[in-house]
Amino acid sequence: MQNELKVVSNATCTYCGCVCDDIELTVENNHITKAKNACVLGKAWFLNHSAGEGPVARIRGKEATVEEAVEEAARILLEAKFPIVYGLSDTTCEAQRVAVAIADWVGASIDTTTSVCHGPSGMAFQGVGEITCSLGEVKNRADLVIFWGSNPAESHPRHWGRYSTMPKGLFIPNGRKDRTVVLVDVRRTKSAPAADIFLQIKPRKDFEVLWILRALVKGIPIAESDLADTGVSLEQLLPLVEKMKSCKFGVLFFGMGLSMTRGKHLNVEAALALARDLNEFTRFYANPMRGHGNVTGADNVVSWQTGYPFGVNLGRGYPRFNPGEFTTTDTLARKEADAAMIIASDPMGNFSQAAREHLATIPFIALDTKETSTTRAATVAFTTATYGINVPGTVYRMDDVPIPLRPAFESPFPSDEKILRALEKKILQMQKQKLEASN
Amino acid sequence: MENKHEELFILIAGRSSRQGTSMNESKFSKDYLEEIGTVQVPPEDMIRLGLVSGDLVCVRSDFGSIKIPCIAAKEKELPSGLLFIAYGDWSSRLMGSDTHGTGMPNSKGTDVYLSKVGSLET
Repeated sequence: MQNELKVVSNATCTYCGCVCDDIELTVENNHITKAKNACVLGKAWFLNHSAGEGPVARIRGKEATVEEAVEEAARILLEAKFPIVYGLSDTTCEAQRVAVAIADWVGASIDTTTSVCHGPSGMAFQGVGEITCSLGEVKNRADLVIFWGSNPAESHPRHWGRYSTMPKGLFIPNGRKDRTVVLVDVRRTKSAPAADIFLQIKPRKDFEVLWILRALVKGIPIAESDLADTGVSLEQLLPLVEKMKSCKFGVLFFGMGLSMTRGKHLNVEAALALARDLNEFTRFYANPMRGHGNVTGADNVVSWQTGYPFGVNLGRGYPRFNPGEFTTTDTLARKEADAAMIIASDPMGNFSQAAREHLATIPFIALDTKETSTTRAATVAFTTATYGINVPGTVYRMDDVPIPLRPAFESPFPSDEKILRALEKKILQMQKQKLEASN
Repeated sequence: MENKHEELFILIAGRSSRQGTSMNESKFSKDYLEEIGTVQVPPEDMIRLGLVSGDLVCVRSDFGSIKIPCIAAKEKELPSGLLFIAYGDWSSRLMGSDTHGTGMPNSKGTDVYLSKVGSLET
């Protein structure tokens, strides 16, 4: 164990989807004491992760060896008729790949936290198409930036400063002065004061307003009465439409305000269709504001491996994708899952009551770096090292750019990948033994 | 004494800075539990309902009910008729499990009923 003072340059913060990779960490006695360039969330992320104490593994609350816990975990998954593997947003791509492999070996449903975040956006991408660009292009080119249903000041504090509104770019020499920033939300959040234009729409009216914007972009006459109960007026929307059509490079960042409310994927389809329509006049893009550090990585890994980004069932030996059927909230709430492996996420803290109640009744495995409601209720619980702080690997930024992790110090706990590889090996061994015994 | 007068609101569950920072300490920390266990109410609705910050309120949806303290939202942040709870255990209890074929339950823009339960004991 290191006890000296050291500085880690260009460390990667994985708290939110910004995945800032310019953090300078000061490490003293296996504890990060400074995180230069990190936002308030990033600082909390880095400064609250120390080397950690406690057992690496527990079975039914009692301390166990890793080998014992891996064997019990393998047994749980192999004996299940409808196991689910869920989570993955706070771990490396390398670990995510092994999780998908395990799901394949045991015929499980593989789902990620995307399904309760931008899953509807993923459905919309399939329906409309993803008109996307990198955050670097936004920084260097965007002169109109719209945030819809997103509160970056509290969810992605460095997004503005590092990528989208403040920085000077190759074609934006004056930074913020060369940009128009628009915020559309149902609340006047902490993000509102920083916007040039704030449109406060009524809840559950996002689809209507987006569709009307589409009509206005296409020159279709809209009456004021069409905007009844939306909270906005033609007087507010017409200038916005003009700005959208005349900008050089526009981008609409959308958040949970679209995907978590009435309409869900249809709201996002409307936003994507609007961006597509605007490409008749200019360059215009629509990008999701992704949450956890590597949820985008999970989308990518599950897509490579199965052809679909989330909510995939491998029970028939081939991937089947059907949100609502194979997504975890549903398979738990309908009591279909009879075992689970929860990796780097906390459904016991965030899912619907019906889903949580059922999860509490089935055997499940949990891997996490800290204690949560999920690890406390797990049949088999592993404490693992923290990606980006103790563990190297690859993560994906919200714009699908892969970024390497530069860990700060070692942990006494194994990585998610190490545990999952041991589990995969045990599953294959047990499957082989069963096959040999039956021959 | 519980006030049976309920009023319809729309609940928005979302992230907050304090939720994000305190979560990194621990999901069992006092700050985190306090942040996710408090409902923000527009000031004008607080006055109309006779509420002061700290009063215990019942927030009920078609799927569950919770009793948590209320706090006045910052001026102009929430329009009348909207409530805000930092996303977590408490807000999730008000969420239905129907995902309408998407995998995502409605967790923003949910109809809820608010009623005063009692004043915070000092």
